[in-house]
Amino acid sequence: MLDWIGTIIQGVLLGGLYALFAAGLSLIFGIMRLVNLAHGDLIVLAAFAILALASWFGIDPWLATLLAMPAMFAVGFGLQQLLLNRTLGRDLLPPLLVTFGLSIIIQNGLLEAFTADSRRLRLGAIETASIQLGGNLAIGVMPLLTLGSAIAVILLLNLLFYRTALGRAFRATSDDLEIAQLMGIDHHRIYAIAMAIAMLVATVAALYLGAGANFDPTIGPARLIYAFEAVIIGGLGSLWGTLAGGIVIGVAQTVGAKINPEWQILAGHLAFLAVVLLRPRGLFPRAED
Amino acid sequence: MSAALLETTGLDARYGDFQALYGIDSAVASGETVAIIGANGAGKSSYLKAIAGLIRTEPDSVRFEGRPIGGLGAANILKLGIALVPEGRRLFSSLTVEENLQIGSYARDVAGPWSLDAIYALFPALQRRRAAPSHTLSGGEQQMAAIGRALMSNPRLLLCDEISLGLAPIVIRNLYEVIPRIKQSGTSIVLVEQDLAQALKVADRVYCFQEGRVSLSGRPAELTREQIHLAYFGH
Repeated sequence: MLDWIGTIIQGVLLGGLYALFAAGLSLIFGIMRLVNLAHGDLIVLAAFAILALASWFGIDPWLATLLAMPAMFAVGFGLQQLLLNRTLGRDLLPPLLVTFGLSIIIQNGLLEAFTADSRRLRLGAIETASIQLGGNLAIGVMPLLTLGSAIAVILLLNLLFYRTALGRAFRATSDDLEIAQLMGIDHHRIYAIAMAIAMLVATVAALYLGAGANFDPTIGPARLIYAFEAVIIGGLGSLWGTLAGGIVIGVAQTVGAKINPEWQILAGHLAFLAVVLLRPRGLFPRAED
Repeated sequence: MSAALLETTGLDARYGDFQALYGIDSAVASGETVAIIGANGAGKSSYLKAIAGLIRTEPDSVRFEGRPIGGLGAANILKLGIALVPEGRRLFSSLTVEENLQIGSYARDVAGPWSLDAIYALFPALQRRRAAPSHTLSGGEQQMAAIGRALMSNPRLLLCDEISLGLAPIVIRNLYEVIPRIKQSGTSIVLVEQDLAQALKVADRVYCFQEGRVSLSGRPAELTREQIHLAYFGH
């Protein structure tokens, strides 16, 4: 019994990582209806940025993450302003094709710059630290920090959305683009700021991705699938739903792995299919549209 | 009459292959209230959209305070001081009433007679519903919020597209009672209106549109019913 509780706790904590992958995706889709197929690769790009900054300056990855954040903010702003804004319109296909191409460019760029070797962000003793919960139950400090960061990120994004003038402009642009322009809102700039914020979240996700497991330039797309599933399970446009979606996949994976280690990935996808069959609009769909 | 605040010269407007306006010449003086009347499809709404920048036009065909603004785009035109109350209200559905008002001054936050408090004084009903999601409002309340939202940018020129559309006569009368108070604040107004009686009552001057052209213009007192009827329907 106790080890099943342990398994579920592990799954919930793993869900924090998937929620971090997905939060940026959910934000972007919610505001500009853009499906960013390069999101996973941008997270991997951020992980390599952290790695490079840590080794250049001889600093630990925590500090390197803080340095990488403004850089990724600028990457997101520039990417949206110079490239993705030109692809947005009535047709959904151009942004899909462009971000698909971007995904390949980022992977190959990283292969050129960093080779295909597996890397890891080394955080020292904290990687193996754990908290004893009594009995035989212990939870790792890093997974706990990951989930805590996911909750903090989503809390901050919600505060931004519902308590600030910029957040009002985000929601207004998402509701009615034409009227938002009548309010003097420059929607291209709003989109660029949104993508920049999504890249800040991606950088946080990159830290936990790189510290929790090995990574190499090609792992982005596989991570993107979990992120998409989390967004869809949660309901499009709902950030708390995205967290719930991440947790559903995380728990399904750890429970599946507990039954049979080969079932880990499959169980996550089956949970996704089950939710889509039973609740096609996700667990927490927005009231409107 | 003082120099024109807004002037259109040979204003054309198109939606793709369809031409909605043919060479509209018009002027709105500072402080003036102008009504645009005419049958459905006469080009009244297109005229407002062209001025507000929602339809691309030749730069020189729309001048605001003497400067060409055609083709600047809606966001830039709002910042110059032209606000549009769109047809059908179109409040932001995921924003509360107060947030809808606040977004009105997001890009043009200038000193002037209009603020949240002033809007609530103008429309007390909105103050009671300030925290409500905008889609829960009645049609009349939604129209108040849409007018308030446009006023929040303290515009020099307020464009109102069919504010009586789909509302009960008593609600329309209440809405039109605030027009003189908006006028007193110094804002110039262009109203597009199907309700001829209301339009003629509040306007200093009217333009009648017919099939994308101006068919009649003048002061309401100087126009006869027959002239208006002819300008409306062309027969």
